[in-house]
This record gives sequence, structure tokens and C-alpha cells, in this order.
Amino acid sequence: MALANKKDKNLRVKRNLLPYYYLLPAFLIMGVITFYPLIYQVIISFTNFETQHLLLGLRSPELRFVGLKNYIDIFTGALPVENFNFFRVLEFNFWWAFSNVMLHVPAGVLIAVLLNTEGIWFKKLYRALYILPIVVPPIVVATVWRNIFDEQYGAMNQLLTTVTALFGHLDPVRLRWLTEYTPPIPGFLPGAPLTLAYYAMMIANFWLGWPLMSVIATGALQSIPRDLYEAASIDGATGSQQFWNITVPLLRPAMVPAAVYGFTITFNLFGLVFFMTGGGPARSTEILVTFAYNLVRNLRWFGVAAAFAVIIFGVALIVLLITNRITRATQSYSEA
Amino acid sequence: MSAQSPASSKNLLVRFLTMNTSGQSSGRDLPLWRQILIQALCLFILFSVMFPIMYIVTLSLSPKTQRPSALELFPKEISFIAYKQVFDHPTGNPVSFSELLRNSVGLSVSVGLVALLVAVTAAYAFSRFNFKMREVLMVLVFIPLLMPGVGLVTPLYLLLNQFKIVDCGQGVTALMPLFACDGGERGRLIFNLRDSLLGVGIAMSAGALPFAIWNLKGYLDTIPKELEEAAAIDGADTNQTFWKIILPLAAPQLAVTFFIGFIGNWQEFVTSWLFLTQPKDYTLAMTLYNMTGQYASSIPWNRFAAMAVIVAMPVAVVYIALQKQIVGGLTTGGVKG
Repeated sequence: MALANKKDKNLRVKRNLLPYYYLLPAFLIMGVITFYPLIYQVIISFTNFETQHLLLGLRSPELRFVGLKNYIDIFTGALPVENFNFFRVLEFNFWWAFSNVMLHVPAGVLIAVLLNTEGIWFKKLYRALYILPIVVPPIVVATVWRNIFDEQYGAMNQLLTTVTALFGHLDPVRLRWLTEYTPPIPGFLPGAPLTLAYYAMMIANFWLGWPLMSVIATGALQSIPRDLYEAASIDGATGSQQFWNITVPLLRPAMVPAAVYGFTITFNLFGLVFFMTGGGPARSTEILVTFAYNLVRNLRWFGVAAAFAVIIFGVALIVLLITNRITRATQSYSEA
Repeated sequence: MSAQSPASSKNLLVRFLTMNTSGQSSGRDLPLWRQILIQALCLFILFSVMFPIMYIVTLSLSPKTQRPSALELFPKEISFIAYKQVFDHPTGNPVSFSELLRNSVGLSVSVGLVALLVAVTAAYAFSRFNFKMREVLMVLVFIPLLMPGVGLVTPLYLLLNQFKIVDCGQGVTALMPLFACDGGERGRLIFNLRDSLLGVGIAMSAGALPFAIWNLKGYLDTIPKELEEAAAIDGADTNQTFWKIILPLAAPQLAVTFFIGFIGNWQEFVTSWLFLTQPKDYTLAMTLYNMTGQYASSIPWNRFAAMAVIVAMPVAVVYIALQKQIVGGLTTGGVKG
């Protein structure tokens, strides 16, 4: 009896430990390549780590702990970098993500609704071709659009030249898409000038972004029961009434998480910004991640870069808390 | 039927967009005028979608090495000379196309596989077991997902940079940071982990692993528990259940997770562009960046275009083949959080 009890206990201990065995490989590896670097990052964010300390790292005799200096320099704009203002970059970053999603989601929904029309020709063909932007890797998209917006040889100016020629304006269009600093609509966003490069990036990212929203909206549209529309038209609801009172509310549970996903992706959309403008002209299209990359890759101020990464982490956490709230609010809406 | 009521005074676009949702209510044919309007709109959207693609494909098939002076969206003549040049001699750097391809494929595949292997047991533990600290450990694993790729490169750069093999002279080799050359003398650097594909692979795994755990956990959660209960009644222990029931069931999702990882790794730029300095280690993505815009005053645009098509191709093929699973996987995972 006692023996059986002991065996039983051993078995139970073994079973209690089992999940940790399953977790062990992942945590060992993440401990070395993720958690330790994260802590190391916080430590060096309080130092003046620069290129000359690379050899000895934290053991360098000249490495000094500078307290919060790196953070203060970033927030007050005291870094010796031209045209850098943290809060302007932050404001632009939020506006960039917000304005993109505000265009992608409605466009995606409207096009999905359009293609959901019964009886239109070539529906399958359109659906197949419209997803092509999802299929092309974003870095290729960014490099291609970079060349499309080239002021001398780019396709966009050539297209505009062709179009304006139809209206009798024969001079070639020479818009300086990526280098012109004067904003086309002055004072649109207070504190941060929206240069032509911003609109160029918007066009490229619109091309990249709406098809995914459209795919998600199509899936959600097809799960809306048809009886709802039938009942509504029997009750005399017009098409637009049906759209606003049936389609929109029933798409919302699918589209809000999609919009949140889009916002997070766009907020940190490194490739498109870095490849198209590199944050220029005069840092007007710089977002947090591209500036952080500049700090470590070009300026090699490792201490400042680490502090900036810690700040980015804080911003990401705030964004997550906000978006989580939005998602949860709509979840309860859909269940109500 | 009031869908066609002339009373609605909205502008035309909104009107037929909205009316057509109600077109679901009856199976009758569309009036021709509306069909034509919708077709016109669809064709316009099609043009905007196809414009960059046609432009770049046409450019890549052009034999002209000077920059395009006028817009061409359809190739006048088809020549593969730009592709041939890219294959023969991709950039001004002394690196062959096959080396670039090997670096890109090697990195993407090995990082994807390592992440998958390590992630699957952790995902299983999170999905199926209830244990102390489960919530805390889960938050720990998913914290790195919050961090954009740029957020972790600085410490990884500094840490990996410490691992070096140095030739101290007189046949002595030092393995830093464990051993250094005597007298603090700086020897000749043979190998720097940071400046190698291995180092980049390690750094990339730091981001790939949490994603793989998250994605697989989301899928394992959808496998019904009854299967395991049935297996337990038949006398299988937890390990057997994992190997014989869960893994085979999850195999398709393992493949999908691998390919989603592959798509991301194939385009990885942040880490490799920061870490690697020797042209022989360059990846296709880095080369493409080198061929763009102001960095490429000497590179003909048809060659750039050919390179863009080449870099896009593997991802496009994977995506088209697995379109449903990838979009589905991302959205179900995203909804669950």
C-alpha cells in the first residue's frame, strides 16, 4: 500500500513537471537570444556606448554610466542630429498609421461589396488579380515604388505627363516626389509637415494595404445570412439603409481586428519608409523604427540607440493597450 | 425591390455600391447599365493594381540599359538579357548570384526550421497544460512580439560582436571572449560571429521563435480535446499523445507556420544590413536595396527590375499556393491574441 502511494506520488510529480520539460528548449534559447539581450539593452541605454567600446563591451575602462542622459537627450531634442524632434516623429508616426488604416479599411470593404454583387462578369478573375499586391513581398514593393516615384525617370511622372497631355498640357511633369520639402497642403497636420513624400508613401502603401482588407471583408460578407437582406427589402429598406444597418454592423466584428492588425503593421512599417525615402526629406517622413535604425546603423551611437529602443517598446506597449481595449469593446458589441 | 428606387439621391458611386449588397436578396440579372458601370470601376481598380506589376515586368524584359524615358506597360520586344546579366554578375561586388541565392535560402530555411522545432513543444505546453506560472511565462514569450525588429538589433549586435576567433600570430588562435591574445595584443581577425550568416541567423531566430510559438498555439487550441481524452482512455501517456496524435494533426499547420516564417525571413533586411559587411555574405534582399534609387546610379533599371522579379517570385509562389491557409492563420491568430 505504502509502495503504491509512493509510486503514485512520483508519477504525480513527474506529471507536474512535464509542461516545464516541454517549455525548456524554447526558454533556454529565448533566454540567451531574447531575454538576456533585452536586459543588456536596458543596461547599455544608461551608458555612452559608442564604437570605441565595441571591443571590450561593458568592461571598457572608458565606458561611463550617464544615467538618464540618453533618454533626456532624445526627448528634448538635444541629440546632435539635424531636424530631429522626438515628438514630431511620434506624431507623424501615429498619423501615418492612422491615415493609412482609415483609407485601407473602407476601400477594402467597398471593393469587397462591389465584387460581391451577384451576376457581375469576370468576378473570379477580378478576385484573383486583386490579391496580387498581397503576394508581392513588401521590400520589392517598396523598391519598385521608389523607382516609380523617381523624379526624372519614374513611371508616376511619366503617367501624369501622359494624362496631362490629354488635356493639352504638353510639358513633361517633373514632380519631385521624394525630395520636395514644401508641403503641398500646408498646415494639414499641426507641428509635422506632410511633404509630397508622405503622399507618395501613402499611394504605395494604399496599393499594398487594401487588398488584404478586401479579402477579410469578403470572407465576412459571405457569412452574412441572405434572409436578413430579404427581410429588410420586404420591410421596404433601401439599398443604402441595408448597407448601413445590416452590412456595416455585421462586418464590424471582422473588420475591427483587421484594422487593429493593419494599424500595428503600418505603425512599424520599416521597409516601405526606409526603402522609399529613408525618412527624408529633412526627416519629414521619419517614423520611430527608421530613426532607431539610423542611430545604430549610420551613427553607431549604441547607447542612444538602446535608449530609443526602450522608448519604442514603451510606445508599442501603449499602442497594444489601446488597441486591446478597442478590440474588446467591439467583441462585447458583437455578442450583445 | 426598392433598391432601385429613384428617390435615393446619393451620388452614383455610393448608390450602386450600396444597392448591390441588396442584390443578394434576389437572383435576378443585373441591369446592363449597372453591369457596365461596375465593370468600368473594376477595370479601373484592375489598372491600378496591375500598373506597378506591368511596369516592372516590362522593364525587366527590356533590352535597353538606359533609364526609361517614357512609360511602357507592355513589352515591345521580349528579351531576357537583363535576367542573364543578373544571373551572371548581379552587382559590382565580387559575389555571384548563386552565392546570394544560397545565403538567402540558407538563412530563410534554417531559421524557419529551427524556430519551428523549438516552438512546437512550447506551443503544446501552453495550449494543453495548466501549470503554475503559465500566464507569466506566456507573457514573457509574447513580449518580444511587441518589439519591432529594429528594437532588438542593438544588443544582439553588441553581444554577437564579442564572439571572435583571432589569430594572435605564432600559430596561436584565441577564441574570444573566453580567451584573448596575450598582452592585450590585437591579432588578426579570422571570424566574427556578428559579421557572419550564422550570427544573423541567431539574431533572426530571436524574432522568429515567439511568432512560431504564438501561431502554433493558436492552431493547437482548435484541435478538439476529445481526441486526447480518447487516447488517454486507450492508455496513451502525454508524450505518446503528443507524438502520435497532436503532431500528425498539426503537420499542415507546421508547414504553414514554416512558410509564413519563410516569407518573412526571405525579406529580412534590418539585421542582415546592419550585421554583414562582406559581399560574399549578402542576401538577395540586401542586393535589391543596393540596386535601388540613388544608391544605384550605375545600375541599369532593366537589371534592377529583373532582380525585383526574381526576389518576388519565391514569395509569390508560396503565397499563391497557400493563400487560404496563410490569410486564415494570420486572422484567427490575430483575433485570439
